Amino acid sequence: MVEKHSVLDFFSHTLLALGVLVIVFPIYLALVGSTHSAQDMAQSPIPIWFGQDAWYNYRTILLGEGPGVTSQVPVARMMWVSLVTALTIAFGKIIISLLSAFAIVYFNFPFRKAVFWGIFITLMLPVEVRIVSTYQVVADFGMVNSFAGLTIPLIASATATFLFRQFFLTVPDELTEAAKMDGASPMRFFWDVLLPLSRTSIAALFVIQFIYGWNQYLWPLLMSTEERMYPIVMGIRSMTAGADSQVQWNLVMATAILAMLPPAFVVVLMQKWFVKGLVDTEK
Amino acid sequence: MILSSDKKVVFQSKWLPWVLIAPQGFIVLAFFFWPAGQALLQSFQQSDAFGMSVQWSGLDNFAALWRDDTYLESFKTTALFSVLVAGLGISMSLVLAFFTDRVVRGIWLYRSLLILPYAVAPVVAGVLWLFLFSPSVGLVAYLLDKCGISWNILLNSAHAMTLIVIASVWKQISYNFLFFLAGFQSIPKSLVEAAAIDGASVWQRFWTVQLPLLTPTLFFLLVVNTVYAFFETFGIVDATTRGGPGKDTAILVYKVYFDGFKAMDLGGSAAQSVVLMAVVIGLTVLQFRYIERKVHY
Repeated sequence: MVEKHSVLDFFSHTLLALGVLVIVFPIYLALVGSTHSAQDMAQSPIPIWFGQDAWYNYRTILLGEGPGVTSQVPVARMMWVSLVTALTIAFGKIIISLLSAFAIVYFNFPFRKAVFWGIFITLMLPVEVRIVSTYQVVADFGMVNSFAGLTIPLIASATATFLFRQFFLTVPDELTEAAKMDGASPMRFFWDVLLPLSRTSIAALFVIQFIYGWNQYLWPLLMSTEERMYPIVMGIRSMTAGADSQVQWNLVMATAILAMLPPAFVVVLMQKWFVKGLVDTEK
Repeated sequence: MILSSDKKVVFQSKWLPWVLIAPQGFIVLAFFFWPAGQALLQSFQQSDAFGMSVQWSGLDNFAALWRDDTYLESFKTTALFSVLVAGLGISMSLVLAFFTDRVVRGIWLYRSLLILPYAVAPVVAGVLWLFLFSPSVGLVAYLLDKCGISWNILLNSAHAMTLIVIASVWKQISYNFLFFLAGFQSIPKSLVEAAAIDGASVWQRFWTVQLPLLTPTLFFLLVVNTVYAFFETFGIVDATTRGGPGKDTAILVYKVYFDGFKAMDLGGSAAQSVVLMAVVIGLTVLQFRYIERKVHY
């Protein structure tokens, strides 16, 4: 704070409070909507304060039974699919990137630069751009409707490799020398020195990749043709597919809240690492 | 991300580095280079409706795109959409970050709430805003109706565009906000204080000290937001307007998906993919320029 300026301070807080209200309002309204019955939601205007039916709504969608449920698969199963997908993508990316970054930074081998650029170029083309041909390849591998198909093609990106490479370059050479002098093998050095030092980067990447994996939509849309392999994000979409008046908004909103909960939890609780990771990845 | 200095102390092994690279190498080759190559190949081919025969067709697919009015229309739609998303998203988050940087108390609370949309999937963001704007149950649609505006995203393309812009900006605001906040906080306090002692008002300090120092962040976010608007908003469009009414909100990514999987025009869809790849590569090169500039600072 440079100077005291009470009028401006008041203005700042008012404006921020207003901004926060607008940002949070859709989420608040979803929360409210998930606590009402279908009849309440058919009113105009819809209620803007909490109702009585939260327990009933969440139970209905989680178990997937009761009036208004259109999908064959309970939301609990969809959340499980999302969780497995998100965790596989996050850990998969972190593991393969740690290994390849270690190789690129700590070894001299022929075509090292070519390998580096080969991985680097994957940063440029998000899966959305090459969607049709990637789908064909995965279908040829017979991986449609499997967790492998949902996750492995999305692991093929270099963001994490670069973060780890940047980080490894800042690790002092003295540590490597000391390890070599003590006769440690490369993998021993990786396991006992490099990995413990990388904890913060790993945590940051975990947050980003978990959210990335949990929120995937276009890819599962192609990959999951059977409902048992629907992630929750896709399940919501199929619930709003009907005509406007037939949509069970109370159930849709309860599902939306469940879809937001895990990533929101991760973001807010791991805020410090997440912000650091986000800003570092892009440097 | 520039190839900077390498390690002086390295390990020696003929095989270990290849083993370490193998998992990522395999995935990148199988699910990146192979499909990207396929897309490139298909964009020069024409296959019949049953996929029985494939013929080389040179640049026919691209020429067909060029002649296709709906494709050019989709380009214009995407351009308008990304200008709106990037422009509104960046300016609003800049304002929010500026004031968050100023306040002393409550910064944690403001930040925690403002980053929430980052956690929300684009489709879910689409559904949330659809709920507010839907003609039958939407609260905002109801209020607009009271003001004499009959809001219908299914009939009015301006309404449909407004909805996807709002949802996309909302979703991206957190990301922009975090970068601007980090940017504001990395500006040395002494610079701002010096300007204050020289009698510069809050407003003048923002324009003459803080904003110029934030230009690298600003430029970076411009590229990121454009890429976001081009590619990551698929879920929002699919959850709200589905490209309608007509084709008025069918952005390029939506069209690639629709032509490739719904209309089964593989050659045309591949040609569209190649055009999109060119766009992303162009944007990435731009981003590199920005990084080089930043290094000189």
